[in-house]
Amino acid sequence: MQIDLNRDGEKLTAVMHGRIDTVSAPEAEEILLNALDGVTDLVLDFEDIQYISSAGLRVLLLAYKKMVPVGTMKLIHVSDVVKDILEITGFLELLNVQDE
Amino acid sequence: MRELTIDATIENIPVVTGFVDESLEELGCPLKAQMQIDIAIDELFGNIANYAYKPDVGPATVRVEVEEDPLAVIITFIDHGRPFDPLGVSDPDTTLKADERKIGGLGVFLVKKTMDELSYEYIDGKNILRIRKKLKSEKKHHGLF
Repeated sequence: MQIDLNRDGEKLTAVMHGRIDTVSAPEAEEILLNALDGVTDLVLDFEDIQYISSAGLRVLLLAYKKMVPVGTMKLIHVSDVVKDILEITGFLELLNVQDE
Repeated sequence: MRELTIDATIENIPVVTGFVDESLEELGCPLKAQMQIDIAIDELFGNIANYAYKPDVGPATVRVEVEEDPLAVIITFIDHGRPFDPLGVSDPDTTLKADERKIGGLGVFLVKKTMDELSYEYIDGKNILRIRKKLKSEKKHHGLF
């Protein structure tokens, strides 16, 4: 799992790559959750994400729960395939999701 | 019909995905359907890897069949681990607040919603799990949604 972390003060942009699935989710969880200290504005850039399975949704939920008390989290550049998955599972309503 | 028998492990999920994708690409499967099938493989083969033989490792067979008119692909997962009917798991509540959300059951729910059929049988000591997905586009539309 490749995640590029760009920190700017309290803002963290995490550019995620490939698939967030059963294979990659544990590593994604470790990288992402360990980078959240002091972050109040978390942006997950999904431009290069092919798809996400339930293992990946779990990571999003963990990050979201960590961010709720301290700030905001949003997903940007979300493709139609991924947005479909988020909609079916009710994550589209829960999370702040943007096309652009 | 194509068939692959392989150890049911998390590490082998990409091998199964690659095996199935070869068939899908030959069929000119639309990208969206391919992604949904790849997700279904992650969920279903992942379940077998995580639960069927635990704590041991055992084999699973993945069979790919094609139906014509309308074009559809049928993927069957067979293991002889402990009996498990994923259809017996109740659907998760997808309207809960973050604190109350659970991921358990979400994967199978996702498969149910994105595939045209999901069926389960337990025969002769084998879990037989089958998904069917219609592939609407023609070959010339390859790559389009």
